[in-house]
Amino acid sequence: MKQPPDEQPNLTRRQFASMAAAAAAGFVLTACGPKRLYEMPTDRLKARIREMERKYAEEFGTAVTVADTPPIPGVEFAYALDISRCIGCRRCVYACVAENNQSRNPQIQWIRVLSMDKDKGVDFSDADPYYQPEQVPQEGHFYVPVQCQQCRNAPCTKVCPTGATWTEKDGIVVIDYDWCIGCRYCMAACPYGARHFNWAQPSIPKDELNPKTHYLGNRPRPKGVVEKCTFCIQRTRNGRYPACVEVCPVGARKFGNLLDPASEIRYVIENKRVLVLKEELNTMPKFFYFYGT
Amino acid sequence: MRSVVWGACALAVVVGTFVARIGAGDAGVPVRAAEPQAAQAPPIQEMERVEVPPPPFSEGIYPCTACHNKDMPVNRTRRELTEMHTDIVLKHGHQWCLDCHDPDDRDFLHLADGERVGFDESYRLCGQCHGEKYRDWRAGVHGRRSGSWNGHKTYLLCAHCHNPHQPHFKPIEPKPAPIPPSRTVPR
Amino acid sequence: MDTLRLFSRFVKGSLRLVLTGNRSYWAWMAFLAALIASGASAYAHQVSTGLVMTAMRDQVSWGFYIGNFTFLVGVAAAAVVLVIPAYIYDWKPIREIVIYGELLAVSAIVMCLLFVMVDIGRPDRFWHLIPPWGHLNFPQSILAWDVLVLNVYFLINFVVVTHILFRAFHGRHYDKRVVVPLVLLSIPMAVGIHTVTAFLFNGLAARPYWNSSILAPQFLASAFCSGPAILLVVLQVLRRFTRFEIQNEAIWKIAELMAYAAFLNLFLHGAEAFKEYYSNTQHLLYTEYWFSGLGAHRTLVPYAWAAVTLNSLAFVLFIVPAWRRHPVTLNLGCLAIYAGCYIDKGMGLIIPGLTPDALGEIYEYFPTTTELRVAAGVFALGFLVFTLMLKVAVPITLGEFQTERTGGAH
Repeated sequence: MKQPPDEQPNLTRRQFASMAAAAAAGFVLTACGPKRLYEMPTDRLKARIREMERKYAEEFGTAVTVADTPPIPGVEFAYALDISRCIGCRRCVYACVAENNQSRNPQIQWIRVLSMDKDKGVDFSDADPYYQPEQVPQEGHFYVPVQCQQCRNAPCTKVCPTGATWTEKDGIVVIDYDWCIGCRYCMAACPYGARHFNWAQPSIPKDELNPKTHYLGNRPRPKGVVEKCTFCIQRTRNGRYPACVEVCPVGARKFGNLLDPASEIRYVIENKRVLVLKEELNTMPKFFYFYGT
Repeated sequence: MRSVVWGACALAVVVGTFVARIGAGDAGVPVRAAEPQAAQAPPIQEMERVEVPPPPFSEGIYPCTACHNKDMPVNRTRRELTEMHTDIVLKHGHQWCLDCHDPDDRDFLHLADGERVGFDESYRLCGQCHGEKYRDWRAGVHGRRSGSWNGHKTYLLCAHCHNPHQPHFKPIEPKPAPIPPSRTVPR
Repeated sequence: MDTLRLFSRFVKGSLRLVLTGNRSYWAWMAFLAALIASGASAYAHQVSTGLVMTAMRDQVSWGFYIGNFTFLVGVAAAAVVLVIPAYIYDWKPIREIVIYGELLAVSAIVMCLLFVMVDIGRPDRFWHLIPPWGHLNFPQSILAWDVLVLNVYFLINFVVVTHILFRAFHGRHYDKRVVVPLVLLSIPMAVGIHTVTAFLFNGLAARPYWNSSILAPQFLASAFCSGPAILLVVLQVLRRFTRFEIQNEAIWKIAELMAYAAFLNLFLHGAEAFKEYYSNTQHLLYTEYWFSGLGAHRTLVPYAWAAVTLNSLAFVLFIVPAWRRHPVTLNLGCLAIYAGCYIDKGMGLIIPGLTPDALGEIYEYFPTTTELRVAAGVFALGFLVFTLMLKVAVPITLGEFQTERTGGAH
């Protein structure tokens, strides 16, 4: 065995030291910088978003845009659904799946339409999400579609141990899919069954992907994280209606700015009989149900 | 029996006219008498035309005056049609054709007071009886609108969703029910 | 430096200890290793495929794993039932065995943390919980509280146990200035971990079955039954197979405390059942699902009544002094209360809390083979940790294993 020159050990030691220092510095820098999308400065967010777009384009073989459209000042979104009109046709469910890139298998649906008995009124213990008659509406039944109620006093964001879900300035409750650890505490806390978990790797046929996405909304999700309705954040922040509003064949779904006195939503609240689900829980939903007749 | 029907019709027309008039702002009050008063709700601008897509005519039916021209005398007798338009089954209160269609120019409809309105303004006709729905529709709350929630909106005419001759919705087939979780559990 | 060298000798000695044993020791180790291997392979499959391998779904989003977690937090907290009289009243017979209670607590916390790890969808992101790298949503999230108190409790017990054993190994008495404050701190911490775990469920208004202020006291009561039950069995096993001696008085005292806890547990359950059934609101559904089933959905009913029977039986066996002193009835009681509380707090707490779900749907959850294998693996790992620690601790406390005798010291 050859004896190494005298300098050699010193050199490696020095190299090692500088490498270790660099590694430590890198570690400290990455450790200290904000990693949640919630607190990420704009330039870093932009870089992250480009990264996402690259990844999705590779995965789905098509150009995918990930927008970071911010909330519009002076806007707080709210929703109203006319339970005297809904016929339970589930067009909204499938429009939502397509728009928001929900997994087809395992099946994830952000909207759940409940068939209820007219004799019993809104009673969850008597609700049936699996109704499948040949035609709807069925005699003696009415329908209550349920999705995220975008609570002002949201139990889900409160319980999240890592701060991976929060309420945006326009009132939309969003999830950071890159930060969620999948503990599902939020699902236990949600009184509306609105949060859905990716129990397996989500699958979306490549040709069915909606390539227009938002980083807090319908961008493809990984396995093991929670997702939910975002009022179609990718559409509504650009002035469009949510997909479910547009597709509803009976026009039972209304959407708008709660802070605008001339909005549809204000008209509903001020002129119609309005209710929110599980009012006694003080979640203060921004999703209202009303009787249009 | 017949007189009762006519009485009801007359009443409907009178009420319709009344609603339309206050709706027009003549009485100077917003049409929300039966509703809880809302401080900020905008008064309905009756005369403001609403932008709508083309009315949903059956193919080849319009213009009506292609047949209903000067050569065809107007028969104002309330009756069941046996020669033409037999496909139309009228299930809409006690109306019949000329209650809505203008007898003198079939390319138009007419209001109870005789004012002619085009098919693209048919909402005014419907609104004569269905005042509350009409108000909700103008506010964007009854029926569908497309466009943007904070900008330009397109309305659909009543007839886009409701067949005016049989306005009740026909039942439709629902999309598939979700898969129950019990069917996805490995055993 | 000196301490460091001593400590390394302690570690080396301990390693040598755990690597020597008789045939039944190795058989036990092989059994645990087999379970761990089975659990690990099931978990590997679960990680690669997703939690779809479990029976948990959106409707019942927590199941067997979180049930076991909850139960084991109770076991961990129960060490306190031994610490309180030992240190506050300076009651010697129990003080000698406190160390085993703390070892049990350490093992139980290890299992708790593992059960959380196997339950989360992204175990690779576990560090998101750990500041400064991650972000802990403290104090809003009760889960953040739980992460905090469980880890602190783990550290306290680990430090105390290691200190006492390390000192004993070198033939020195433990440092009272270190141990007493830590032990005193561990008492409220033990109550704290279980209270916080109860609040984890308690604070969710969405789940009426959990949203009852009786939950935390009930958790403590059942913990003080089931935790000591394991310990009593372990102590008797040790007495049988090693030179380890434990006075009957200590065992009887613990059994007596368990009788009170068992009574309290039954009483609190009864109080809750009364409130639910007499007021007969919509919220009764969950209790009904547990005790009588809803329509054709009756999967859990046998378990519910098994738990009631076992808990009542154990109470009777413990409350009669002659029976809790007789080894057969004592151990029968221990097994009964352990099984009763395990059913009650595992499946009986989590599943009815989520069935029917928030929108009234009834999905009958029952763990899959993957869940059972993973859970068995976690338990095996916990018992392995406990066994290894006992293997070191017993000889040290018996004075069989010390620096002078192991020949390492000069």
